[in-house]
Amino acid sequence: MTSPSDIAQQFATFLPHCKALNMRMDMLEPSQAIMSMPYDKRLIGDPETGVIHGGAVSALMDTCGGASVFMHPENAGASVTLDLRIDYMRPAKPGERIYAESYCFHATRTVAFVRVTAWAGDKKDEMVATATGAFSFKHKTKGRA
Amino acid sequence: MRKKPEPMQVIKERRDGALLRLVEAIPYINFMGITFQRRGDELTATMNYTDMLIGNPALPAIHGGATAAFLETAAIIELAWADIWAKMEMERLSGAEIAALPLPKLPKTIDFTTDYLSIGHPRDVYARARINRSGRRYASVHVEAWQDNRSKLVAQATGHFLMPSKNG
Repeated sequence: MTSPSDIAQQFATFLPHCKALNMRMDMLEPSQAIMSMPYDKRLIGDPETGVIHGGAVSALMDTCGGASVFMHPENAGASVTLDLRIDYMRPAKPGERIYAESYCFHATRTVAFVRVTAWAGDKKDEMVATATGAFSFKHKTKGRA
Repeated sequence: MRKKPEPMQVIKERRDGALLRLVEAIPYINFMGITFQRRGDELTATMNYTDMLIGNPALPAIHGGATAAFLETAAIIELAWADIWAKMEMERLSGAEIAALPLPKLPKTIDFTTDYLSIGHPRDVYARARINRSGRRYASVHVEAWQDNRSKLVAQATGHFLMPSKNG
């Protein structure tokens, strides 16, 4: 049988946009996910500094958020992003791999809420960005509202 | 005596040249297949459809992250363009003078909130940004994206940006 984590693993490799950004699934636990993508010159948003465009980071955080929703123990279907707010703390150091870690901290019958943090390289305590998001959700046991 | 106005073609070439120079300097815009059309000072951004924009192959639908990235790009270019436009039109710079200027420093995103209103179909997406506030330090920009129908939005977003300091 295909487990949720088998399916979530495919987020990074099968979804065309994730593949284009070379995303990788690094960790999957109930309601949690860590994903990353390598530094890539094609993704530079500021030619003066070589820093990756915020949009590429938001694609990683959105995907990671979706993966953590998918890994929620009560998840019974596919989710779409309803809203995502990203705060940018500092530029991701050029050349460093970018990581995102998401936690789906609450799910109702219809909505799941996530918190995501992003960092570069091994500097997990130096946040590049944080995000909060809401995803559509299908609850296994609570049924439809 | 009043100066004769410039031929329209000269004005258009100068303005389009300045826009293209800005957009082509940013690798990510090219990677995403985003282009800009100009009418006077108004910009419309297009995210030209390619398969790599897909997030959900089953539907299929454009990746929400790609949509957010597109809206953020439209907002940043709108801000940078407003600055270039002001220089170009107020200071009456020629095409050659503009081409000789260093590229403007880009505004930095402080926060960006995307509101997903409907599924992004596998087609081109359009966006227009409106600068709601632009101060010396901070700017607030609202962006709307649509596909077939201008009044049926795919997504909208609001972002705050840190403006580059004027004296370097």
